[in-house]
Amino acid sequence: MAVSTVVMRALPSPGIAVSPASSSSSSSFSSSTLSCSRGVPLAAAAALSSHVANSSSADQSGSAATIHGRCFVVGDNIDTDQIIPAEYLTLVPSKPEEYQKLGSYAMIGLPAKWGRFIEEGKSKTEYKVVIGGANFGCGSSREHAPVALGAAGVRAVVAESYARIFFRNSVATGELYPVESQGRICDENKTGDYVTVDLELGTLVNHTTGKQYALKPIGEAGPVIDAGGIFAYARKTGMIPAAA
Amino acid sequence: MATVATAAAAAARHNAALLVPKGDGGNLPVLDSGFFGPRVAFVPEFSPTCTQRNASVRAVMAPPQLQQQRSPASSGIVKHALTATEKILARASEKTQLVPGENVWVKADILMTHDVGAPGTIGIFKREFGKDAKVWDREKVVLIPDHYIFTADERANRNVDILREFALEQDIKYFYDIKDRSNFRGVCHVALAQEGHCRPGEVLFGTDSHTCNAGAFGQFATGIGNTDAGFIMGTGQLLIKVPPTLRFVLDGEMPKHLLTKDLILQIIGEISVAGATYKAMEFVGSAVDKMTMEDRMTLCNMVVEAGAKNGVVPADSTTFKYLEGKTSIPYEPVSSDGAASFLQEYRFDVSKLEPVVAKPHSPDNRGLARECKDVKIDRVYIGSCTGGKTEDFLAAAELMAISVSSTFVPNDNLLVWLDLFTLPVPGAEGLTCAEVFTKAGCDTPTAPSCGACLGGPQDTYARMNEICVSTTNRNFPGRMGNKDAQIYLASPYTAAASALTGFVTDPREFLS
Repeated sequence: MAVSTVVMRALPSPGIAVSPASSSSSSSFSSSTLSCSRGVPLAAAAALSSHVANSSSADQSGSAATIHGRCFVVGDNIDTDQIIPAEYLTLVPSKPEEYQKLGSYAMIGLPAKWGRFIEEGKSKTEYKVVIGGANFGCGSSREHAPVALGAAGVRAVVAESYARIFFRNSVATGELYPVESQGRICDENKTGDYVTVDLELGTLVNHTTGKQYALKPIGEAGPVIDAGGIFAYARKTGMIPAAA
Repeated sequence: MATVATAAAAAARHNAALLVPKGDGGNLPVLDSGFFGPRVAFVPEFSPTCTQRNASVRAVMAPPQLQQQRSPASSGIVKHALTATEKILARASEKTQLVPGENVWVKADILMTHDVGAPGTIGIFKREFGKDAKVWDREKVVLIPDHYIFTADERANRNVDILREFALEQDIKYFYDIKDRSNFRGVCHVALAQEGHCRPGEVLFGTDSHTCNAGAFGQFATGIGNTDAGFIMGTGQLLIKVPPTLRFVLDGEMPKHLLTKDLILQIIGEISVAGATYKAMEFVGSAVDKMTMEDRMTLCNMVVEAGAKNGVVPADSTTFKYLEGKTSIPYEPVSSDGAASFLQEYRFDVSKLEPVVAKPHSPDNRGLARECKDVKIDRVYIGSCTGGKTEDFLAAAELMAISVSSTFVPNDNLLVWLDLFTLPVPGAEGLTCAEVFTKAGCDTPTAPSCGACLGGPQDTYARMNEICVSTTNRNFPGRMGNKDAQIYLASPYTAAASALTGFVTDPREFLS
């Protein structure tokens, strides 16, 4: 997935010890994770978690990503069946060709009143940002939902609120930034408007209308998505060694 | 009508209890507010007294919310009283106490995946842990193909093959293959229950939003995506945020025409599709005590439609009896402490409720069935994990032992399917469900799968522009395969009654 618009923040170097108190268990986590035939003992998992907490908060929170492009505006309760109807769930996201195909079907379940998300004959969307109302991504646990949006070219969703599984899947896959607006903004922005989402400043600027909106901080989800998802983040921060 | 009372005192107790003691007698700072209250972070200090146990992970997987600061109570009360959900997560994370908003690493007791979630999960597992990696425990991964299984769609069939290959390669103990009819079970959530994989006090994750169904057994059960599932496959653990609990007290005598589907639709209509986001929904009360396990599953099944993380019905003798002979793994039931803090409490007198439907296009678009009597319908669907268990079919057949229009009756699970052809329907002079349905003119009950509920491959039943009354769980636009179709969610009684008249019908038209 292309992340050309993301500015990576400096992350703690992989050389940092996972935890001063438990280097042996941390290394057993590191090695056992990859050659993993046994589960990870909870003590080692706590070592991983303490590594995250021990790193300075500035490095562990927020993102410097800025996303510029046109926005696609929808309303409340955009559920996963609208984002990616069930008939397309036979496409397996971890297979590259099928990942691309999923992207081509993103938002195909939307009622016609919202307009076309992807132009006829194209497989990617021209809209980098989706602006939504309350409870975005409600419904199924299908990870295909944030995957389809990300594969289609969406870099961020800015919504009033999220359903929990969709939010979680967005972070875990690193496919897009699920940003919360301060209050409801979907009624004031129109599909096609040019916007800039600045995660560091916490703003969405609509260049077409000239209005600016405040965003809630992306918090700890930021570095995870910057890195490309939880596994990539764990490798980047030295919690688990690079894939063999 | 139903009475709803919120317990402000409970909320206050909850907030007052959100203090985290440090070893030196002081308290750790409340960082900022989480979704529902203060989010406490254990800010680690690089000192010899900072133990591993006190260092925790900050919220990664949930949006940080900046609500106004609530000042902690000055008395420094340590929270010992826990809700059932908190107890389960405390045990699974080997902690003696925890608070809502805290992120904890829990050990998974069961990971379930099906033909839609498994291929992606397996792909991630192999990519991240190595192509020769082994799952953390071959007895804790349950593979159940159920979504797109009676179809000519090539990719769907390929996905079941992927599941099978993985099961063989990993020597997975519990794989309910569709090729082996003696082992095939059908819809995952019902199969998990029937095969004894749901146990009180345990933690169950599944790559399906209705995994919350298993909360009926007094366990923590929730839906996750492929990436989280891939992580569990390798490590047996997951980082999750402890949800606060909403308590629903259901008291009173259930009217004969009311089913638990009516109760959960009532509740979702009350709190809305986001009313329980990031929260646990706990169901107690005299009406719940009398419920069967299938009733409790119907309740918990749809908590996700209110946005909940999990649903829970504390285990009791009904649970233990159901589990007899189904599982040999010992379990330890939990229930909420008397002094536990709930975010909010709702009370319902079920004797005063009426049959309801969820009108198009949202599960919280509640309406009285009797007020929709002018809605002419094209189709009735009785099935799915929500409304296609044995008792659901018995209820429908009981009402239908009369006449009919056009109904589709797929069922849920192989054992349920067998029940349809063997169990006598009360009051139908010895006829089985299948006989009643056939006599009434329904389509023949078909083999179990999820297909029609969510509009699967092109050859799935009922992907048409129709007005449909359904015992399923979601009615967003396009849910059953056609964007313009209108879906009314209803109980099996209401569905059966509607099938008889061709209009949305209150079951009291047929039940005295």
